[in-house]
Amino acid sequence: MQLESKIPPGPIDKKWEYAKSHYKLVNPANKRKYDIIVVGAGLAGASAAASLGELGYNVKCFVYHDSPRRAHSIAAQGGINAAKNYRNDGDSVYRLFYDTIKGGDYRSREGNVHRLAELSVNIIDQAVAQGVPFAREYGGALENRSFGGVQVSRTFFARGQTGQQLLLGAFQALERQIALGTVKQFNRHEMLDLVVVDGQAKGIITRDLITGRIEAHAADAVVLGTGGYVNVFYLSTNAKASNATAIWRAHKRGAAMANPCYTQIHPTCIPQSGDFQSKLTLMSESLRNDGRIWVPKQQGDKRPPQQIPESERDYYLERKYPSFGNLAPRDIASRAAKEACDEGKGIGASGRGVYLDFADAIKRLGRPVIEERYGNLFEMYHDITAEDPYEAPMRIYPAPHYSMGGLWVDYNLMSNVPGLYVIGEANFSDHGANRLGASALMQGLADGYFVLPVTIGDYLAGQLGKKVALDRPEFTNAIADVKDRVGKLLSAKGTRSVDSYHKELGSIMWEYCGMARSADGLKKALGMIRDLRQQYWRDVRVTGEGEEPNQSLEKAGRVADFFELAELMCIDALHREESAGGHFRVEYQTPDGEAQRNDDEFLYVGAWEYKGEGNEPVLHKEMLVYEEVKLATRSYK
Amino acid sequence: MNLTLHVWRQKSRDTNGSFATYQASGISPDASFLEMLDVVNEELIAKGEEPIHFEHDCREGICGSCGMMINGTAHGPMGGTATCQLHMRHFNDGDEVWVEPWRARAFPVIKDLIVDRSPLDKIIQAGGFISVNTGSAVEANTLPIPKPVQERAMDAAECIQCGACVAQCPNGAAQLFTAAKISHLGLLPQGQPERYERVLKMVEVMEEHFGSCTLFRECEAVCPKEISTEFITRMNKDYLTAQVKR
Ligand SMILES: Cc1cc2nc3c(=O)[nH]c(=O)nc-3n(C[C@H](O)[C@H](O)[C@H](O)COP(=O)(O)OP(=O)(O)OC[C@H]3O[C@@H](n4cnc5c(N)ncnc54)[C@H](O)[C@@H]3O)c2cc1C
Ligand code: FES
Repeated sequence: MQLESKIPPGPIDKKWEYAKSHYKLVNPANKRKYDIIVVGAGLAGASAAASLGELGYNVKCFVYHDSPRRAHSIAAQGGINAAKNYRNDGDSVYRLFYDTIKGGDYRSREGNVHRLAELSVNIIDQAVAQGVPFAREYGGALENRSFGGVQVSRTFFARGQTGQQLLLGAFQALERQIALGTVKQFNRHEMLDLVVVDGQAKGIITRDLITGRIEAHAADAVVLGTGGYVNVFYLSTNAKASNATAIWRAHKRGAAMANPCYTQIHPTCIPQSGDFQSKLTLMSESLRNDGRIWVPKQQGDKRPPQQIPESERDYYLERKYPSFGNLAPRDIASRAAKEACDEGKGIGASGRGVYLDFADAIKRLGRPVIEERYGNLFEMYHDITAEDPYEAPMRIYPAPHYSMGGLWVDYNLMSNVPGLYVIGEANFSDHGANRLGASALMQGLADGYFVLPVTIGDYLAGQLGKKVALDRPEFTNAIADVKDRVGKLLSAKGTRSVDSYHKELGSIMWEYCGMARSADGLKKALGMIRDLRQQYWRDVRVTGEGEEPNQSLEKAGRVADFFELAELMCIDALHREESAGGHFRVEYQTPDGEAQRNDDEFLYVGAWEYKGEGNEPVLHKEMLVYEEVKLATRSYK
Repeated sequence: MNLTLHVWRQKSRDTNGSFATYQASGISPDASFLEMLDVVNEELIAKGEEPIHFEHDCREGICGSCGMMINGTAHGPMGGTATCQLHMRHFNDGDEVWVEPWRARAFPVIKDLIVDRSPLDKIIQAGGFISVNTGSAVEANTLPIPKPVQERAMDAAECIQCGACVAQCPNGAAQLFTAAKISHLGLLPQGQPERYERVLKMVEVMEEHFGSCTLFRECEAVCPKEISTEFITRMNKDYLTAQVKR
């Protein structure tokens, strides 16, 4: 397997320009002769499908939702970064690039990240032109707020619903193309396999979630914008249906999976309250602009927070990281919360929680300002917990949130399988070992609006007249494989529900491959996962039939893939004998408990090749080259 | 807490449905309505029965997937909440709860509590966008937008397209949904060039699929985002202006 990053030559700020000027182009009159499949209509997929349609390509867009607008991107709250420097606070494209590289703990590609920073400004322009109602100042100009890991204000937002508004912009652009006939939309269709013909991605297999029909679709290129995989933990901030099936199926057909162990645990989520809990709710990072995080200094202090005097509180982020304080990056803030709770200072009934306190901010700014900034988040918190955060501090705890790992892609966002492109959270590209807040929306939209529509032409230009027919054995075999899997799940007729297995898998992953990992723990987890997976295939109970809407069956297929992915995550985490960003190996830490990287041995992207059932996956390394930024120990003190 | 549920079960679009009665026992008041249904479903699966099918995804009140009639009210008794954000503490131990799918001519039942809401997307396709291709935007701060205008546009843009407005309306009208999109775009300067054409096209498709509005205003009462019927008045004005202009 060859992993060529294809970073263009030249100085960092001229690379994208160079690439654009050297890509092969598709003649406008020929564009409609190309069929492109886009799977997913989140920020990445919807922006890509709409932009490809505008260019004149023939697009087919697939989602498992009943409407493209339901994609998980809709739930993003806090904001989107862009290096506009509207605040005159010293921001620049270079600074956004640098912050992202540093935030990612020096495990991402310089070329990609610089391009992302360059494009960030175009995204805001595009979104505003579409009518995205970003927050404004009284003078009518766009407003900004701060996010973690940076010291400038570059985050654009639309109340606490930035993802919703950006997705609606992309969704509306997509619906416009659907009306114009350039995009054919397939809602309630789930991709269950990738079809590779002579080494090139040429189509997908889907299941119609209403009729249960398994169908093949051919195309000249396939784009996956299918989102992240942290639902492998069962409890996460992701939407319930978010899953890894599309990327995992592609992985099994030859696409390398990069850095699967890099997952982000978000510091500010509402703690779990019982066994019935089906998901964890994020409280946006933007709250850390004004909220102060603390725990009681004394272990086991069960007094209500208002009765604990200032002198007996430990504002541990402010204490440990005075220059970034409550805005320390996510991986660091999460680990610090875990540490406080491990020391017995955690709050709430379970002892797994810390306070996020707005009392000072309310005193300083007045309640109306806080209401305007965070009103809907406070309301959501109140709805869920029945506690009033204007009166008492919020209780928060870290939860799985984002996957930095994903399918390996080159600079052009193409995987190692020619013709297979991967965009948005589904790829591994830009965030290294830790993503900074408000940069996933930026990356998804940069990929979909501005990168993929240009880079895909370079590949397609060589594909004219190379269409494949649906009656080829690759398609019929893939259909047979999918039917066989569906059949196996339905016929196991075991004793336990899919959810019960998913919960058990999730708790193994959280315990051993979550915020702190160790060689012993990971080895133990690997054994447990393998056993549980075997039991699953024997003993899972999937009710209903294949030829009807069947939510148990949908979940069963996704959880089956989570088992295999979980195993690879642990293998990757075990092999990476260093700590970097969200990957914290307890064996590798500095004396004061910070992540200890090992650049001599691990300055690479770890991309895994699937070698068939029962065989160990094979690791391929894409070495990371830092020409622009000097490798340094990340410090937020 | 313990509740008795009467849930609409319907195998497919073409079969007849009926209510089935289930006991929901040992439910935590901190659970959401959907988490309560999860518990019931686990018990059904344990008995070898098919779980109750319902749509949901974000469980944060933003994706618009969830929605059911709870004791005859879309999204249940709270108001201003989607079903996924309705918590069991708002019910009493021993309550009897009737759970049905959205009831509207335009939304045929697919299975149990799942309905087909695709006509709403058709309204968007008719003109619920600003026609600007990728790459052709001007610098974002070129066009100042007064804060109150942006806030008002945002009030309308918050719609989650759940369809509760249609389900609650005695006429099955989609006025609130359509008006919200027309107002979001029509209030903003970027939306002006297509403002009147947009309202004509969207209203035409709306009327093709949905009933007509007689201002019961029940939509506003159940809207999880509390979108105001003032937007309907605004849409009607734009529509009249557009007709005069035509
Ligand atoms: C609660 C929350 C808040 C967040 N807030 C922020 C924020 O403030 N700022 C920020 O930058 N980031 C934020 N993020 C992260 C960000 O929202 C996501 O990373 C991003 O939206 C992912 O977009 P996407 O397009 O890659 O995937 P998604 O939006 O997840 O879309 C996936 C799409 O793929 C489809 N799909 C998946 N698999 C299949 C299949 N097999 N067959 C057919 N279709 C399929 C789905 O239907 C869907 O359309 C937040 C995330 C969460 C969970
Ligand atoms: S599940 Fe998303 S709004 Fe209720």
